[in-house]
This record gives sequence, structure tokens and C-alpha cells, in this order.
Amino acid sequence: MADLTTNFAGIRSPNPFWLASGPPTNCGEQIMRAFDNGWGGAVWKTIGEPIVNVSSRYSSVDWNGHRMMGLNNIELISDRPIETNLREITEVKKRYPHHAVIASLMVESTRAAWHDIVKRTEDAGADGLELNFGCPHGMSERGMGSAVGQVPDYSCMITEWVKEIARTPVLVKLTPNITDIRAVARAAKRGGADGLSAINTINSITGIDLDTFTPRPNVGGHSAHGGYCGPAVKPIALHLVQQIASDPEGALPISGIGGVSGWREAAEFFLLGCGTVQVCTAAMHYGYRIVEDMIDGLSNWMDEKGLRAIDDFRGASLPKVAEWKHLDLNYRIVARINRQTCIGCDLCYIACWDGAHQCIHLEGHAKPAAVEASSSARISTTPIAKLDAVEVSHAATPPVRIPRVDEEECVGCNLCWLVCPVENCITMEQVETGKEFQSWEMRAAGGSDQS
Amino acid sequence: MSSEPASALVPQNLERFPELHPALNSQSALAESNRCLFCFDAPCTVACPTHIDVPRFIKKISTGNLRGSALTILDANILGLSCSRVCPVDVLCEGSCVLHRYNQKPIDIGRLQRFAMDHFYAAKGTLPVAKTPHRERVACIGGGPASLACAAELARRGYAVTIFDNRALPGGLNTYGVAEYKLRATDSLREVELVRSLGVEFRQAEVGSAVSLEELERDFAFVFLGLGLGAMERMSIPGEDAPGVIDALRFIETYKTVAGFAVGRRVIVIGGGNTAIDAANAAKRLGAEEVHLFYRRTAKEMPAFPFEYDHSKIEGVRFHWLAQPTEIVVHYDRAVGVRFVQTRLGEPGHDGRRRVEHIPDSGFEIPCDMVIPALGQNRQMGVQLRERGIAVEHGAIPVDRPTGRTANPRYFAGGDCVNGGREVVDAVADGKRAAVAIATRNEA
Repeated sequence: MADLTTNFAGIRSPNPFWLASGPPTNCGEQIMRAFDNGWGGAVWKTIGEPIVNVSSRYSSVDWNGHRMMGLNNIELISDRPIETNLREITEVKKRYPHHAVIASLMVESTRAAWHDIVKRTEDAGADGLELNFGCPHGMSERGMGSAVGQVPDYSCMITEWVKEIARTPVLVKLTPNITDIRAVARAAKRGGADGLSAINTINSITGIDLDTFTPRPNVGGHSAHGGYCGPAVKPIALHLVQQIASDPEGALPISGIGGVSGWREAAEFFLLGCGTVQVCTAAMHYGYRIVEDMIDGLSNWMDEKGLRAIDDFRGASLPKVAEWKHLDLNYRIVARINRQTCIGCDLCYIACWDGAHQCIHLEGHAKPAAVEASSSARISTTPIAKLDAVEVSHAATPPVRIPRVDEEECVGCNLCWLVCPVENCITMEQVETGKEFQSWEMRAAGGSDQS
Repeated sequence: MSSEPASALVPQNLERFPELHPALNSQSALAESNRCLFCFDAPCTVACPTHIDVPRFIKKISTGNLRGSALTILDANILGLSCSRVCPVDVLCEGSCVLHRYNQKPIDIGRLQRFAMDHFYAAKGTLPVAKTPHRERVACIGGGPASLACAAELARRGYAVTIFDNRALPGGLNTYGVAEYKLRATDSLREVELVRSLGVEFRQAEVGSAVSLEELERDFAFVFLGLGLGAMERMSIPGEDAPGVIDALRFIETYKTVAGFAVGRRVIVIGGGNTAIDAANAAKRLGAEEVHLFYRRTAKEMPAFPFEYDHSKIEGVRFHWLAQPTEIVVHYDRAVGVRFVQTRLGEPGHDGRRRVEHIPDSGFEIPCDMVIPALGQNRQMGVQLRERGIAVEHGAIPVDRPTGRTANPRYFAGGDCVNGGREVVDAVADGKRAAVAIATRNEA
């Protein structure tokens, strides 16, 4: 049985699944229910001088009938008095001493304000601090949140102030709304941070109401840009995490955030070096109960792979991310279509013709327009048993609808495999080129004798 | 999405014939449309006789472009509404859906099409009217699906078209002959109005008697024959003209259009086709206590679609195989029963189907108070075609399939009078092909 207990930059928790700072961690009552559901830790919704929120606050992107592929919010930090939040932290820690409670903090950018909040939060019993240098809306207009996170020197300075008095581990939460996230990671490290949380939400306008022309969310006929999160942002988050984790000057323990909805995404963040993951949108969508399969699924997968602890595979994919110039130009794969499982949708054919390299063919090698013209010229009749000796069969794909790959021309781009709706029908298979490894860097340095 | 309140020529039919398949609401239509793979050169489109671009209209539903979706359908098939309700989709578009081969339910194409069409009519949708009128006029004989499709296509290309129909209401079998739980006469008439809105003129007149073909040839450059089939075949047995005997088409037409039509308590339907089943189901819905359907072969040979047979069993119709009527028993001038002889299936005949043989001394009698023969329609043309140089073979008009052109180049034909009796969608395809042929021939 896999061991999921975690020690992240000195913060211990029964498992690596933490709730990210946000609406699911607004108060002690919620966090205690979350712990009852199995969450290993929670980052308290950002504590600071109470704000006033607007309504509405969220908007989302639906895709192909699925709700909330991406979520956007314009909610600010906690609207509750600091004392209330701190009192509840004490209560939660008393009742759940083994779960991780991390306080997310954001106050005005003065040394005194930061010293004060850090001291009070630690006195309340928080296991660690997360400095919110990432919130991209509202607070940034007041010189906080991403306004700090977008300026490496500010990030470094405030981290230093906090570290001057902090007794618990200090995490810095990074904004993705910056050209090179490594600059702020390095600044946080220089300032003495113990760990990083990445990523915060991405600046976004999710959509516009085509009747009123008002972007969403609508606040009395106007909207403001918000922070984007949810399943849609995972690829961006993975890339930024990899950037930080691969950078010796910025690398620190990373708590991965961005589109984690289940154990699979969590495993991906661990493979790129994260020690914990934080979840918000998925818990907002389905409730705290989703953590059960995160724990169960990750444990089963680890058992299947013979992995006993997260450290057994943490960062294992980092060496497999290279710069493009180091990839093997002589590695070659081609698409193969399984004629037994092909259902004849011909999506690979049109994708290859219009979106790739014109190397998937139907019988007769006709171009798409000719294929369609020949079909529309066909005279079809309703088969009637009495008049026609025909049987309608759903069983087999007509051979004329099964495309063929011209393997000589196939560039191995993967597109046909990506669009094929049938699992394992199109496979990308390696073909022997007989050529040795050669990267672009080698080719550029060594002339063209291998081309 | 709002849809128009349902209406029927006989208001009672709304209750007695609730719709066979409930409509999709906008959310279920969206979910279903998103299931479509958007196949290239899609097999559903190829299978449709009118080649409706199915993935295209479904994609438009998923993007919320409902007018565009409806126009995609109507461009290919002006009777998109009735086809969405009456098409045997299991053997057409849905039968060819690739998802069958992926262990998944095929896309609910029929109901998605109906969703788009219902929206079009509920929104009082219109089609663009041709801006440049053509000087040539075309006559369409018969007001059924083939003529409507031919007229609509020509009208959209600017031709002045007149449809001659001998019935009070146009629409042919769509108006008078389709089971009410599949298609209401009022829906058929909405499609007639759409065709009229394109500039097509409708005249109620019997061609052959009130108007002669010679007269039409004087006034019209081309004539399209969408004559349909003739009256229902007679059984040619004693007693079949007695009160209490009503053929299936007259039965269906009457209950659809005449209020207060009374069905028998114990009804015998004779025949094994889709019309026999429609009549049997209707008799049940109209209040018959027992409905017995007799067919001289077995379930295996029955010409009705399997799904129609399955549905009828659910309606409570009782099926009896291998029995052929020999006499309608008449008492006090009313049909009171049917005498049958038992049959068996012998060697295949010239048509490849096993011959029906009577079993000697096997006669039996079943009492009833209504008999509905449904032996198919005869192939007697109401008009004298041969003298206009139009061939007629085995009761059908031979045509050049891609164009619908008859032996006389000024005459085109399509629908049941050509194909011997198929589906609405086949008639629409015939009519449209003929219209395209007339237009291109004329413009060449």
C-alpha cells in the first residue's frame, strides 16, 4: 500500500492533496468538513484587511456540453475580519492537529503590516504561510497580489520581511501573468522562501453575452478581467511548474496548482517535481468528496507501478523535458490504422488533408471535394424488405471508408491519432531509419552530411 | 425554446394519438448534437435519399445556429419536418451511423432534425424567394411529396409552378395517409404553406377530366408527374363492399380528418405492410376493444419494418399468421365476420418469395364488426399517359433515374408512381432531381 504522507518544505500532512486558497477554504467550518472528507491540508482563503466583494463573481467556459472546462473569478481575498479567521485557525488546528493548515496572506506592502500579520497568524497556530503574490484582479489595482508578483524585486523584498520573523515555512504563490515565471521564483528564493506554489489564476475574460454584449461575469452591465482556472489551465500550469523545477536558481519545493481535478493530474504535477498539489475548481464544481478518488486512484496507480512513496517518482519526468534543439531529428514514427477497429468516420482523412500533410487516402486517392461530389451524386433509396433483397448491417465498416496511410509521406505528426475517436485504432509506430541520433544542435554544428 | 402548441384537424386526435417519440428539449438536443462525431463524407448523409448534410445541421444545433440548421435541412429536403417524423431512420441515416460500430447508440438524427424544423416553424421561419423570375412555367400533377419537392426546388430557382391536386387539401399521403401519432395533417399543411410561400400556385382539379394533358402542354413548358399510386387493392372476395368494410387508406384518412368517426369494437385488419400496422394501431387508439391482424405469410415475410411490428405489439394488436380471407361474412347487410383459410408456404415463386398455398378444409371464421383490408395500393394511373408518349410498365412510369425524365422529354416523373411505393423521403428526392434536371436542361 502506497504511503501518501507528506512532508512539504517542513509542513506535514496525511496526504499531498491540499485545498487551494479560495472559496472552499473560506472558514473553519468548511475546512473541518474538508478534512473529514479526506483532504490532507488546506490553504486558508487569503487573510488581510477585509474587502467588499461584488456580485456576480464567477463565469465559466463550457465545452461540448461539459460545464466549467475553465472557471474565472473576480472575487477578492477574504471578506471576514482577520480576528475571526485567526480564531477559527486555532480551533481547526486544535481539532485536526495532524492536518496542514496554511494561511494565505496579503496585506499592504509595508514591513510593519507584514510583520504584524505573520506574527498573529503563527500565534493562531498555522502550520505555514503562503504569500499571495498572485491574485490578478482587484487586489493588484491596490498594489497587492500580482502587482507584487510581477516585480521580482518587490517579491524578494516582501519575502525577506516575512522571513525576518517567520517561524513556520514560508511559501510564495506565483502569478503566471508574467513573461518569465522563473524571474519571480528566483526572487522568492533569494528572499529566503521555503517553497513555491504555482500557479495562481491567469488573466481572463471568459466570454461575452451575445445578446447584451456584456462580458461575463456581469456586474450591473460591466465586467472586469478575472482569474482563470480549472481543467483548461492544466497544460499551462504544468509548463510553468516544469520551468521553475528545472531552474537551479529558482527551484524550491513546489506545491502544484492549476487544473487538478483528479489523481491523474496530481500524478503529472508530481512527475514534474511537485511535492503537493492544491485543488480549488474541482472542489467548487463537485464538492469536497472528490478527494476520495484522488487518494484511492493515486494509491492504486502507485501500487500498480511499484511506487511506495511520492518521492519514488517525484520529478521523474523532468529529465524527459528537453529543449527542442536536443530532440532527435532521426526519430521517425508513422501512423497505422487498424482496419478491424476503424468505424469509418474519416475524421483522420480530412484532418490529414486540411490540417496536416495530405498523406491519408481513401480508395482512388481522391481529394476531399471529389470524395464528397461522388457521394452527393449517388442515388440512395430507402431499402424496403418487400422490394429489395437487402439487409441493413451495422456490423462492418465498408472497406471504401477505411483510409490508408501513405507511410512514405507520413511525417508522424500525431494529428490523425489525436482526432480518431476510437481507442487504439490509430497507433503511431516507430520505423527504423538506420540513422544515428542527431539533434538540431548537432546538425547545425556539424554540417549537412547526415541530412 | 418555445414550440407551437400542437394542433390537429380533429382536435380529439391530440389526446388519442400522443406523439410516438417525444421532442427533444434544447438541452437534450445540445447534448445529443455534441455526441455527433462530425464524420467526413458522412454515411448518414449518403444514406439519406435527399442527402441532407446531417453532420452540418447537427453541428449548427450545437453552436446554437438553429435557423442555419433548419436551412441546411430545407435546402436538401423541403419536407424536412415530415421526414423527421416519418422517415424509417433505422434503415436510413441512423442505421448508417458509424457509432453502431463503436458499441454506442447512433446519433438521434431524426429527433435532432425535428428539433431544428420545429424551431423553424415555431419562429415563423421563411425561405428566401427567387428574385429573378424565369419565363417558363412548370405543372406538377399530384399534390404529394414528390410534386411539392419538385415545385419548391423549381420555385426557388425562379420558375412559375402550378400544382394540380384533386383533393381538398394538398400534401397527398402526408396529409391524408400517415398515422396521426407520426405526423399530423396540420404539420403536413404547414409544409404545404412553406411551398406556397415560395410562389407555388395550388389548383384543385382532376387532371385527365377537368384539365387535360393537352391543355397543360399548351400552358406549361414541362410537366412533372407526381401521381402516386391508385386506390387500395381489392380482396376480390364475396362481401367486401358491405358496410363495415373500409380499406386502410380510407380508414386513416377518415379518422384524421372527420370528427366523430366511430371505429368497431372488434376489428380485423388484413395485410402485413406498414399501412396495415398503422391502421391496426389507430383502431386500437380509437377505442377498439380487440384488433386482430391477419397475414397470409409469417412475421418473417411481413413487408412492414421490424420496428413497426414491435411497436404494434406494444399497442396491443394481436397478430395471426398463415391465414387468408375467403369471404366477408355479412349479416343484415353488415360485415359481421371474416372467413379465412389456413395457408402454408411452398416453393419460391418467380419473385423469389415463397408461394402461399391454401390448406384444404382448413376454413375458419372470426367474428368482428369492422374489417380493414390493407393489401397495398393498385397501380392504375388516373391519366392516359401512353397517348402522350409516356411509357407505363407494370403499373409504373419508367424514368431515367438521375433526372426523372420519361420517354416524353417534356414529362418528368417521381415518387410512388415511379418507384412503386416507397417513403416520403424517396419521393422528395425524386421530385428534387427532376426539378434540377428541368432547370439545368433549360438553362444549358
